[in-house]
Amino acid sequence: MLKKVDDYIFEVPMGHQKGMRVPGRIFISEKLLEQVEPGTIDQVANVATLPGIVNYSMAMPDAHLGYGFPIGGVAAFREDGGVISPGGVGFDINCGVRMLRTDLRADDVAPMISNLVEDLFTAVPSGVGAKGRLRVSEHELDEAFTRGAAWAVEAGFGVPEDLEHCEENGRLEGAETDHISLKARKRGRPQLGTLGSGNHFLEIQRVDRIFDERLAEQFGIFEGQVTVMIHCGSRGAGHQICTDHLQVLSGAVKKYGMELPDKQLACAPLGTPEAENYFGAMAAAANYAWANRQIISAWTREVFERYFDNAELDLVYDVAHNVAKVEEHSVDGSKERLYVHRKGATRAFGPGRPEIPAAYREVGQPVLIPGSMGTPSYVLCGSEGAMRLTFGSACHGAGRIMSRTQAKKTYAGTEVKDELTRRGIKVMATSPKMLAEEAPEVYKPSDEVVDVVHHLDIARKVARVVPMGVSKG
Amino acid sequence: MEPFEYLEHTADVKFRARGRSPEEAFENAALAMMTAMIDPSTVRLEEAWPVEIEAEGLENLLYEWLSEVLYLFEVELAVFSKFEVKLDEGEDGWRLSGRIGGERVDPERHLFETEVKAVTLHQFEIRKEEREGGEEIWTAQVVLDV
Repeated sequence: MLKKVDDYIFEVPMGHQKGMRVPGRIFISEKLLEQVEPGTIDQVANVATLPGIVNYSMAMPDAHLGYGFPIGGVAAFREDGGVISPGGVGFDINCGVRMLRTDLRADDVAPMISNLVEDLFTAVPSGVGAKGRLRVSEHELDEAFTRGAAWAVEAGFGVPEDLEHCEENGRLEGAETDHISLKARKRGRPQLGTLGSGNHFLEIQRVDRIFDERLAEQFGIFEGQVTVMIHCGSRGAGHQICTDHLQVLSGAVKKYGMELPDKQLACAPLGTPEAENYFGAMAAAANYAWANRQIISAWTREVFERYFDNAELDLVYDVAHNVAKVEEHSVDGSKERLYVHRKGATRAFGPGRPEIPAAYREVGQPVLIPGSMGTPSYVLCGSEGAMRLTFGSACHGAGRIMSRTQAKKTYAGTEVKDELTRRGIKVMATSPKMLAEEAPEVYKPSDEVVDVVHHLDIARKVARVVPMGVSKG
Repeated sequence: MEPFEYLEHTADVKFRARGRSPEEAFENAALAMMTAMIDPSTVRLEEAWPVEIEAEGLENLLYEWLSEVLYLFEVELAVFSKFEVKLDEGEDGWRLSGRIGGERVDPERHLFETEVKAVTLHQFEIRKEEREGGEEIWTAQVVLDV
């Protein structure tokens, strides 16, 4: 059914699904492919039917079953004749990851790990329906929507240097608040500065392995160093913005006479009011997420300073892994402006791209791959293969292989916590039940996923970090 | 007739809710969504929230209804265990008048299983099936993003 193109590239041929405009390509090893469900491959094929899609409908090695696009899906659309689809972004708009590097060593931090995690758990509200410590005004909410992390820094959360180390400088151009509903605003206001739940986390980590000394030095990372990783997104504001626009775009599918294999792929032709309104609101949600991660970083720094005088926590980088963006890519030898959708995929621009901060431009951007709870996370460096093969995109995580229902039948939350404690990892969570569905075993091993992108030169392995303590929803 | 059943889905929650009328299918779909988050037997009926929705088609109406329940859960910080729905079909489409019963979240008593982020349109459908003996059964199939 799939055609092997290369050791790590498999093609979903034309004809797998009626109406495919381009073939699909899954970047994966044979071993990992065995765990990919047929439904995921069908979803890759479904995306290939969307108008204006360029080259291939792609999936990364962490691909798994989603709704609409597969998780790990990447697709780029021509400005002329293409579409934009909320199904290619997801409900958690700009769910993403940032990593802070400290000037502390794991040996010095280990004795304080319980205090740090307990304080972080209090300082950064998490869990279902969590409300933040902030009480932002309607005006401040508008600022978060339109100016993202830049607003957060001006409001006292962090330093200007943080902005340069965010994808898009923490502010996606083109954000509009005109098509954000009152409901989205009501959900967004109390939740700014909250982590959320599910697979979102705030983790204190130790760099346990360096794969590439030169790149690690460029990113300011060394063995034995303590780092902090923040994984969260745009919270209820993003969920509501996607929900609202999904309904509008479902109407647009009829209006513009499109036929889609899945209702969640609802989309609108670029340039139409429906597409522009969604893009403006989606960009605003992306900015809200960057403001959110910026605020959480500031509170994380405050907690570290309680225990370590003058502790320095510099931002390595901040990446978005659920987003649609306008980017310039080479197509058949000429430069084109494309709407690149990444649904559970990370931008992985290689050396020289102007979007990369000056400090990293000559080597490529940092690509942050969070592990599942209790498993290693990876720092990679975007490379040439990504520019050639995947519109500058890499995987975003480990990829789920066991359903939540199954996970709960197999593991109890308390057991998961005990096991992590035995391994020396301090865990705080609002709901012990939710730990079971995030048990490490329900995900693919992240090292195998990362090895695929390394072999394809999409992103090079720089460092591996392991958890010391984690705060979860 | 089981009011609802959960189906296997690797990353998200998928369910099929049933009813002898579209109203009952709507009510059971909301209950299935809530049950994915929390055991409804832990929810006391202390307050009620009214819901009024209009939509072009029955499918849009179901999507908006479930999304409204999620919205109320989040902004009211309330959990629900009782759903009452009345549907009317007019010239311009459908109208839903409903009441949702429950209480404000009490972190001591309400232990969440998972957080539902949103209702997706993936494989979303509501349809009528005729059973033997001419009994009508309405089925709503929904995938939730969690």
